Amino acid sequence: MAAIQITNVEKRYKNLRALDGVSLTIEQGEFFGLLGPNGAGKTTLISIIAGLNRADAGSVSVHGYDVVHQYREARTRLGVVPQELVFDPFFTVRETLRMQSGYFGVKNNDAWIDEIMHNLDLTSKADANMRALSGGMKRRVLVAQALVHKPPVIVLDEPTAGVDVELRQTLWKFVERLNREGHTVVLTTHYLEEAQALCNRIAMLKGGKVVALDTTSALIKRISGSQLVVELADGSLPDNLKPLVSHPDELVSGNKFTLRVNEYQEVEAILRAIREQGARIVDMQLNQADLEDVFIQIMEGEK
Amino acid sequence: MVGFQTLLYKEVLRFWKVSAQTITAPILTAMLYLVIFGHALEDHVQVYAGVSYTGFLVPGLVMMSVLQNAFANSSSSLIQSKITGNLVFILLPPLSHWEMFGAYVVAAVVRGLAVGTGVFVITAWFAKLSFVAPWWILLFALAGAAILGTLGLIVGIWAEKFDQLATSQNFIIMPATFLSGVFYSIHSLPPFWQAISHFNPFFYIIDGFRYGFFGQSDIDPVYSFAIVAAFFVVLMTLALRMLKSGYKLRH
Repeated sequence: MAAIQITNVEKRYKNLRALDGVSLTIEQGEFFGLLGPNGAGKTTLISIIAGLNRADAGSVSVHGYDVVHQYREARTRLGVVPQELVFDPFFTVRETLRMQSGYFGVKNNDAWIDEIMHNLDLTSKADANMRALSGGMKRRVLVAQALVHKPPVIVLDEPTAGVDVELRQTLWKFVERLNREGHTVVLTTHYLEEAQALCNRIAMLKGGKVVALDTTSALIKRISGSQLVVELADGSLPDNLKPLVSHPDELVSGNKFTLRVNEYQEVEAILRAIREQGARIVDMQLNQADLEDVFIQIMEGEK
Repeated sequence: MVGFQTLLYKEVLRFWKVSAQTITAPILTAMLYLVIFGHALEDHVQVYAGVSYTGFLVPGLVMMSVLQNAFANSSSSLIQSKITGNLVFILLPPLSHWEMFGAYVVAAVVRGLAVGTGVFVITAWFAKLSFVAPWWILLFALAGAAILGTLGLIVGIWAEKFDQLATSQNFIIMPATFLSGVFYSIHSLPPFWQAISHFNPFFYIIDGFRYGFFGQSDIDPVYSFAIVAAFFVVLMTLALRMLKSGYKLRH
């Protein structure tokens, strides 16, 4: 049974088509990335999974339970970290977490609450009022609130936006542990290196549609090979190399060129061609393609 | 059930943590009304034979405090949660619409009765009171608080801004409570306004509540209670529908 099954989901806001027939299956135990530019529909999709929004058409189920008709079963299995930094100013961290447990029907949950607080470095703030916490600390509480009922599926909507390095590392260490222990993790982020390092499969959304869906490694392989960046002095790029240039505007201006290289042997031929042309190489880099290149290529391809 | 209990506990703890504002302040306000109106009108007005004006005023003020605070509790809690965004913590868990309804309304009843009891204890010093039918007192207090708690829930769900809430509080709840016979018997009104008063559900709540004290009322308490109960059922049905459909809560 899939952790999350999304079937032909559509959502409109007046004239805006926020989701335009999205279908996705996220299997149990996956670390799944949901990527896309702002306004692509990521948060709308997460809100529909979480029951905060209702789809106009299509259906979503969590562990086989429909999020509308069997909402109690579905929500019990889901832990969502919302994107907005929200908190209830009336309560302390521990009160907040105890109440969140209670809403999910879990009583006497202090042992697990202590463990979450320990793993998120929150223990020293347990009795502090939510108002007194820094932004980073509030973010940790949001993560803790999503985990109080030990949900098998965890959804994190941009959990590291505006967050310092220390919290990111603490957070990812904990979330990776939960994933190893069998929890399904769904992540949206604008930090593509994070997605590349953590996610085993990725869906890219644009304009409310899934424009790419594959394993992270297969996505990166789509940009075959590497990129050779050369900066030239005394001469120009040989004509036979011009088709290899990745960014066409580089041919119009400047003397720095990014060339696609499928295999390392090709580097030698490129360098020879430049030398024979009489140009001199001032600077040179050989870069492996990464998720960011793939992301840009896919998003530009969809324009 | 644990979900309901927790939400109820949270809602009670929320107003309790700011009790100076949510309990003490309205008690003080009611006491001022009693002292000022009682002092000014004591020798000029007698509504029921054998009952001083101050004595007549006490149950009205108690009920007015119950009603206004029950409304304030559920409506302000919801609108604050909506505007600050922390309502998401209630919307993400598997709470049913019955649990949400129950928790918000019971918490409103608790606050209404807490303030009402406080007003009663303080104002009872100023007047000699009788308790002819204590069960009617309790029944109308509970029903009044539940009705206004439900009304607060409905307005809290509907309102998107604080000023919409303030508008309904100042233009509907306040006039309806003031014009329900807190300070007078409707028999002292001209016939037109007497007739209008019969369309004000709050009038039946206060009239029935007062019957519990003095054994005298404008309307038979059984008849009043039937109207009050029917009004509650209508509001409850509306509130439950709003919660179930996710009206203005789940887009």
